[in-house]
Formats: sequence, structure tokens, C-alpha cells
Amino acid sequence: MSNITSHDQSWRAWLMTDAPTSRRHARLANLYQGWLTLRGNSMAMFGLGILLALLLIALFAPLLSPHDPFTQSLSNRLQPLGSEGHLLGTDSLGRDILSRLIYGSRITLYIVALVALIAPVAGLLVGTVAGYAGGWTDTILMRITDIFLAFPRLVLALAFVAALGAGIENAVLAISLTAWPPYARIARAETLTIRSADYISAIRLQGAGALRIITKHIWPLCISSLIVRVTLDMAGIILAAAGLGFLGLGAQPPSPEWGAMISEGRRFILDHWWVATVPGLAIFTVSLAFNLLGDGLRDVLDPKDGSQ
Amino acid sequence: MAVSNTNAERRRAPLSSWVKQTFLTLGSVAVTMLGLLFVTFIIGRVMPIDPVLAIVGERASQSTYDAVYQQLGLDKPLLVQFLYYLWDVCRGDFGMSLLNARPVAEDIARVFPATMELATIGVFIGIVLGVPLGVVAAVNRGSWIDQIARVVALVGYSMPIFWLGLMGLLVFYGVLGWVGGPGRLDIFYEDIVPARTGMILLDSALAGEWSVFRNAFSHIVLPASLLGYYSLAYISRMTRSFMLEQLTAEYVTTARVKGLSERAVIWRHAFKNIRVQLITVIALSYANLLEGSVLTEIIFSWPGIGSYITTALLSADMNAVLGGTVVVGLIFICLNILSDLLYRVFDPRSK
Repeated sequence: MSNITSHDQSWRAWLMTDAPTSRRHARLANLYQGWLTLRGNSMAMFGLGILLALLLIALFAPLLSPHDPFTQSLSNRLQPLGSEGHLLGTDSLGRDILSRLIYGSRITLYIVALVALIAPVAGLLVGTVAGYAGGWTDTILMRITDIFLAFPRLVLALAFVAALGAGIENAVLAISLTAWPPYARIARAETLTIRSADYISAIRLQGAGALRIITKHIWPLCISSLIVRVTLDMAGIILAAAGLGFLGLGAQPPSPEWGAMISEGRRFILDHWWVATVPGLAIFTVSLAFNLLGDGLRDVLDPKDGSQ
Repeated sequence: MAVSNTNAERRRAPLSSWVKQTFLTLGSVAVTMLGLLFVTFIIGRVMPIDPVLAIVGERASQSTYDAVYQQLGLDKPLLVQFLYYLWDVCRGDFGMSLLNARPVAEDIARVFPATMELATIGVFIGIVLGVPLGVVAAVNRGSWIDQIARVVALVGYSMPIFWLGLMGLLVFYGVLGWVGGPGRLDIFYEDIVPARTGMILLDSALAGEWSVFRNAFSHIVLPASLLGYYSLAYISRMTRSFMLEQLTAEYVTTARVKGLSERAVIWRHAFKNIRVQLITVIALSYANLLEGSVLTEIIFSWPGIGSYITTALLSADMNAVLGGTVVVGLIFICLNILSDLLYRVFDPRSK
């Protein structure tokens, strides 16, 4: 690689090459070309922009929020939009809605990140093992997957939260428990097509064990379709978390979770509409962003069933 | 004699394979249902609520506690308890509700028609608007109408349903006053028509009480449109992608070359071939509406199974939660099988 950088080639040419010189070179070139395709999709870039903004807002929440999200001020309750010092008004306890919204982005990202870590990994594990092992292991694992798929998701999450107790971690667990089966299906399907490939036989002849084949040679190939699915699922995860929060089963008061904020504002909806409206718009914006980005990523990573 | 024998044999061959297929399907359905019951059973066991205490109360003596403990079979091994549970569920016994001391099964039978009424109208709206929208979007791919269809679906996928419901109530009930508020009827109209089917629109029409019908309609129109919008988003997207697949097929080109009108090509040829796939999609979105109505029912104070489960959950009424979960799960599975069967019946290739 050093001889390449010593040549007077620009990074761009290096990334656009047809003849990669190393594995990392090939991977980077591939990523760069994917990025170029994604950049051409303005809707996907719009989604990505919103999500980056959300990330920054969550990171710098203490700097950005004009008030403390928990400080109550009963003399100042239910102030309308654009009132003095409260751009988005105040809620029934006089807390600044904008500040709560800003801090709520942290909770949203926290939930999304946790579910996005747990569910696909669990699905990947189950799916690849089932697909690679075949036989009884496959039958049993896929039966279990089918059982979880057969459950209506929200109702199952409700029942799980009922068993585990309300709270944000339990909501994450409940959503993950209902979200993993599709990933297992995808990972299994990918594994089945890879399993009989020549290069897998070659590695096996070299003496690689099942664990090594699955983790080093099958997982990397499943990742891209899983990423697409995760991004598209994010919106559903956010909506499910907000739904649980709305029902009082997710984040508990006084946490500024967006779904719980809608639930608080619901009582005043006819007279003080903005209290419930504003957090709903935030949820809508973020899940829309994930949907847009997911559509774009699907076109890049998984062109075979792209949205034509 | 000989001829009829061979005929019978000839007929038996495909029949036996059909029987085998059916048995396989039924077998996997049975396993899935068993798994569903096992999961709910486990959830019931790990629940942090002592079922004995819930019955006898905190002041009961130790001997009363032990008696009820044994009566509930809690001293038996877990597997035996599960078999008891299975036996009860098979008899349609979900235990007593702790809230109102009535059989859970009776409660569910009472609230379920409300959910069904809502979901049925919802999916009907979804089909009537979603299918044509999907077809038109596919035919005019890339045009402004395709873009609109895309935005409609995208918004449907991204909007929290309970929030949209609140906004609907705010605008159409609070501000404009076009529709009835939460609940199934205004209080003035309650208990006028006898409950025959449990679906108020049907009941009031059967009784000829048109004022009740109008009132019930004004109450159901908003939540049903809301659910309809969500199934529309899904149905129109699926219809569009199915149609796109057909429209690029060679037989469509052939039909056009033959000089058929564009309408005949689209509706008589291409659309005819996606009907089978659409059945599956519609059955799926119906199943989703039956469960997805949980949040909608809360917003609109609709006394259906979603409200029932949630209320039970918030008051730690375990039997009611699990009973409701099992019923919704079973219906979900049954609709899936039904769509599978319809697929086989209508798809000539699977015969």
C-alpha cells in the first residue's frame, strides 16, 4: 500500500480503481462507490442529514436546551407556542417543551441503539447456525422463529413488559424479543446460499471448524442485508417504543421520552394542542428519516430487490 | 370393474398427497399454537404477581393460602402445570378476571366484536383505496401520482398511530365537530339496540334504529379511517410492486402488440395475475389491524380487545392479559393459514 501513496495519485482515483491491490483497498473502494450511489439519492441524504442532526442534538443537549428539562414552574404552565423564553411552550407542570424534546432525543437514540444491537445479533446467531447446521437444529430453531413471528408484535411486547415490569430497559428487551425473528429468517436464507459455495468447501478442506466458518466467512456476507433491514426497522422500533411509552409501560415519568410526553399532553389536547403535537412531530420526523435512509441503503447494498 | 378400479387409484394418488400436505400444514400450525401457549404460560409464571395472594388477599391464614396454592396446582411440576393450562385453554377457559371476577373468555367474547367491526371497516377502506392507488402508481411509474403514492405510504409507515389519532380527534371532533368523539356511541344512544352481533352498526341496522346507526357511524368513521390509512399504506405499496413485476412481463407486451386497449391490458391481464398475491397481503394487513388497533382503541376509548388487554395490564390482571394475548395470537395464526389456503385454492400453479 505504501507504494500506492508514494505515487502521485489522488485518494479519489485510488478509491475508484477497478484493480484493488489489497483486501482493505477493495473494501474501501466498494464502500466509496456505495457512498457515491447513496449521495445521488437526495431523499436518502435528507434522511441521513436529519439523523446526523439528531445525533448532534443528543450529544450537545445540555448546551442546546434553554432550560432544565425537569424544572417545574407551576405558575408558568401550559404556555403557548412562541411565548417568552419558551419557543415550543410549556407543559402541564410548566416544564419547557423544547428542552424536554432535546433531552428526549437521547432516550430515543438509546432505545434505538440498544435494540439495533440486540435483535440483529440474536437473529444473525440463530439464522446462521440454523442455516449452516441444517437438519434437526435447523427445524427446531426455525420453528421457534415461526412461533415468535406468529405473535402479534405489540401485544407480545405488552405481555413481556407486563411480566418484566415497566421501564425503559424492559421496553428495549420486549421490543428486541419481538424484533429478532425476521433477522433470523434473512440470515438463514443468506447462509443457505453461501453454505454450498466452493470457497466454503475449500476452507473446510483447509481444516476450518464450523465456528470459524460461521463467524469469519458467513457473517460478513450476511451483514449488508441485515443493515438494510435494521435501518428500515428503526422506524418501527421508534414507533413501538413510543407506543409503549404512551401506554405508560416504557420510560417512566418524569423522563422526557417522546411517547410519554404525548401521553401527558393528551389530557389537554382540546385546549392546549401543542403539548401533545410537538413530540409527535419529533417522532414522525425521526422515523421518516430512518425510512428514507433505509430505502436509499437498500438501493445501494441490496440492488436485487430495490424499490424499482 | 377393472376400469373403475384404476380410476379410483388414479384419483387416490393426488388426493393422498393433498391429504399429506394438509396434515403437514395442520401439524406445523399445531406446533406454532403450542409454542404460543407455552410462551404465554412462561410469561404468566415469571410475572411478579403472586396469583394466590391475588385471590385470597393479604390477610388470609397460611392454611387458606396453602389450600388455594394446591387448588391452583402450583405445587405440581412446571410441565404438569403447563398441561393443566393447555387443557383449560382447549376448553375455552382462561380463568377468572381478577378485576370483575368474571370468566375472561366471556369478557373477550363481549369486547371482540368491537375490535372486529373497527378492523373490518379499516381494511375495507385500505383495499378500496389502496389497490387502485397501487395499480395507478405502477402504471404511471415516476409520474406525480406515483410520487404522491410514495409519500402517502412513507408517511403511513413513519407516523405514530396514536398521535395521528389524537390529531384527528383534535381537528375533526374538537375544532370542526364533524365526527363523534371517543367511544362507540353518545351516551344518549346507549342501550337502545339489543346486542345481537356485538357490532353496533350491524345491530342498529338490524333493529332498524337509524338514528343510532348514524350516531355509531359518526363515532366509528374516524378510527376506522385511521386504521384504513395504515393498511392503505401497506396495500398500495405491495400492489405497486406486484404490478410493476407483471407489467414488465412479456405477455403484457404481447397483449399490447395484439392491440388490446391499455385498460384491458392492465385490469384483465396484469391485475388478474396479482390477485393471488394480493389476497395474502390483505389477510396480513387484516391480522395486523386486529392487533394494531391496540393504540387506536386507547385513543378513541373503543371498548375492544386492545383496550381490554391494556386495562388489564395496568391493573395487573394476569389472566385477562394472557387470555387476550392468546386469543389475538390464535386469530393472527388462523388468518395466516387462511391466506395460505386461499393462495393454494386460487393459484393454478399450486394445484
